[in-house]
Order: sequence, then structure tokens, then C-alpha cells
Amino acid sequence: MQIEIVTPDKNIYSGEISLATFPGSDGKFGIMNNHAPMVATLKEGSIKVVDANDKEHLFEVNGGVVEVNHNKIIVLAE
Amino acid sequence: MANLKEIRSRISSVSSTRQITSAMKMVSAAKLRRAQDAITQMRPYANKLRELLMNLSEAAADMEEGSYTQNREVERVLLIPITSNRGLAGAFNANIIKETRRLIAEDFADKDVTVLAIGKKADDFFKKTEHNIKGTTLPGHLDQLFDDLTFENVAEVAQKVMNSFTYKQFDRVELIYNQFVNAAVQRVVSEQYLPVVPPTAEEAEAEQAKSDYIFEPSKEFIIGELLPKSLKIQLYKAILDSYASEHGARMTAMHKATDNATELIGDLKLVYNKARQASITNEILEIVGGAEALNG
Repeated sequence: MQIEIVTPDKNIYSGEISLATFPGSDGKFGIMNNHAPMVATLKEGSIKVVDANDKEHLFEVNGGVVEVNHNKIIVLAE
Repeated sequence: MANLKEIRSRISSVSSTRQITSAMKMVSAAKLRRAQDAITQMRPYANKLRELLMNLSEAAADMEEGSYTQNREVERVLLIPITSNRGLAGAFNANIIKETRRLIAEDFADKDVTVLAIGKKADDFFKKTEHNIKGTTLPGHLDQLFDDLTFENVAEVAQKVMNSFTYKQFDRVELIYNQFVNAAVQRVVSEQYLPVVPPTAEEAEAEQAKSDYIFEPSKEFIIGELLPKSLKIQLYKAILDSYASEHGARMTAMHKATDNATELIGDLKLVYNKARQASITNEILEIVGGAEALNG
């Protein structure tokens, strides 16, 4: 599935991934392939992304929103 | 005949002016590129956020305490004109000031209007009028915003404006800025900032038909988070738009100035050469005349 992490200043990361975990407002959650459409808010923490080559990427965020829709994740981070 | 020395000094002064204007043009072109990149990076974010909010707009309509959407009887108005800190950008700043004055004189004629100027040019103009920002919780000088144009800095200002709205210092907030179309074209727009304009029914329906989302933790919570964020983004976007427009406008203005200077130098050179030739002809005439007189 595709992920795109954007901040107001720039696009931080975009690419093909297999798993992503987010610091949700109500606790950490992970998203895998074929997740149902959803919108969730984030709190301060780090986003962990595992890409197609099993490599991990970490991004620190102060908050934001995640939208999951048809295997496309869009993270509006701060 | 015009004085040769005079013309020479005019030529040199015009060409040094041309050097300055063409340097300014180059600088603006470079800055424009960066500003343009910033705004193009920013637009997807802003659009996405707006899309999300539309998805949620139905729930937003139910939320009465969502104070940013509250429509009150308009008594006190806050206008936020966005100009630049520096001039020499053609009609860029004049247009904004003109539009702001028009709003004050026509649309909000019998209202209590306050102006929060972003950028030195508007500040210089409006601090002399009765619409000065004095006596509010809002920051007075926002010139330095352009020195370090980041989202965090703008968000801080946006938060203060939003607070002044919720504390009922103002019933209506309006942004006036130059929207960036392309390097040569800027459009002056004034848009309602607060209360938030709800999306039209068709827009909202089109969005809602797309997907049935799970909301985590809840729709209301997400709106509560998103609405202030989208307001901050809106102000940031307006400022970025204005910033890109400023450099576009300056680039065009300086390009024209450089062209005019080139033309002027051409004309002056022609006059100079004519005068020079005339003086040479004169000298030869004198010599020939003198020789003739001696021979005779």
C-alpha cells in the first residue's frame, strides 16, 4: 500500500510500505494492507513505517491526522 | 547643442540604475522560485485538509460549541491585509491597501473596523488611521514574520486571531491578500476567515458519497482538532501566496524598469553621438574657416 507523509512545509516521505504504526490520540495503532477506510488523529510521538524492503523508517511528529482509503494512507503531520 | 558632459553623466546614472534594477530582478526571480516551491508543496496539504473537513461537515454543523463557526451579528470587524515589507514591487502593495480601504468604506461602512496589518507597508499606512490595532490582545507588529516564514510562527498569529474571535472581540475576520496565479499575474482577493464558511451542500454531498470512514476516536474530536488546524493552514497559505506574489510582482516591475532604462540609454546615446558629431563638425569648420582666412 501507498503512504504519503506531508507537513505544511514539505513532503517528508512517500512510497510503498507493508506496515505503519501511528501514535493515535487514544493509543498506538498499526495499519496493514487492506485496512478499512478511516480517519484518525495523532498525538505527539513517532510514526514507524516498514517499507517494501523490510526497512524501518521513523518520523517524529507533534500531532496530525491520518486518512486511510483504499490502500492509500495520507498523513498530515505537524 | 546639449552639453556633452551633461549627457554623459545622465547616461552613466541611468546605466547604474539599470544595473540595480536588473540585479533586483535576478534576486526576485531566485526568491520567487523558492516561494513558488513552498506554495506548491503546501497546496496538497491544504486541499487534503479541506477534503477531510468536508467529509465531516455534517457533524460540524451539529456542533454548536464549535465556536469558530458561530455566526454573530457583525459589529466589530477585523481586517487582515497582507502586504510586503519592502516596496518597488509595482502596484502590489497599493492594490491591497486600496482593497482594504474599499472594504472599510463600502462593505463595512457602519461597522467598527480594526486592521491587523501583516507586512510593513500596510502597517505604515494603517497605523496612522483610526483603525489602528491598539487596545486589543493582538500583536502590533508582524513585519518580522517574513524574516522567518515558518508554519509555527504563522500558527501563533493565527491562534491569537482565533482567540480574539472566540472572546468576541471581533465578530468577523477578513483576509485581504494577493493570490499567486503566475509570476506575472497576481489577483487581489478578500476572503472571510472567521466565522468559518461551511462548504456548500453539493460539495459536501459529493465528498461524503466517496467513502464511509471509521472515525478514531470520534467525529467530534477530529473536527475539534482539524478546524483550528485548517484555519492556521489557511492563514499560512494566504501569507505564502502573498509572499510568492510579492516576488512575482517585483520581478515584473524590475523587468519593466530594466527595459525602460535600456531604452532610455539608447535614446541618450543617440543624442550624445549627434552632439559629439555636431561639435566635431563645428571644430572642422572653424579650422577650415581659419585656414581659408589665412590663405586669402
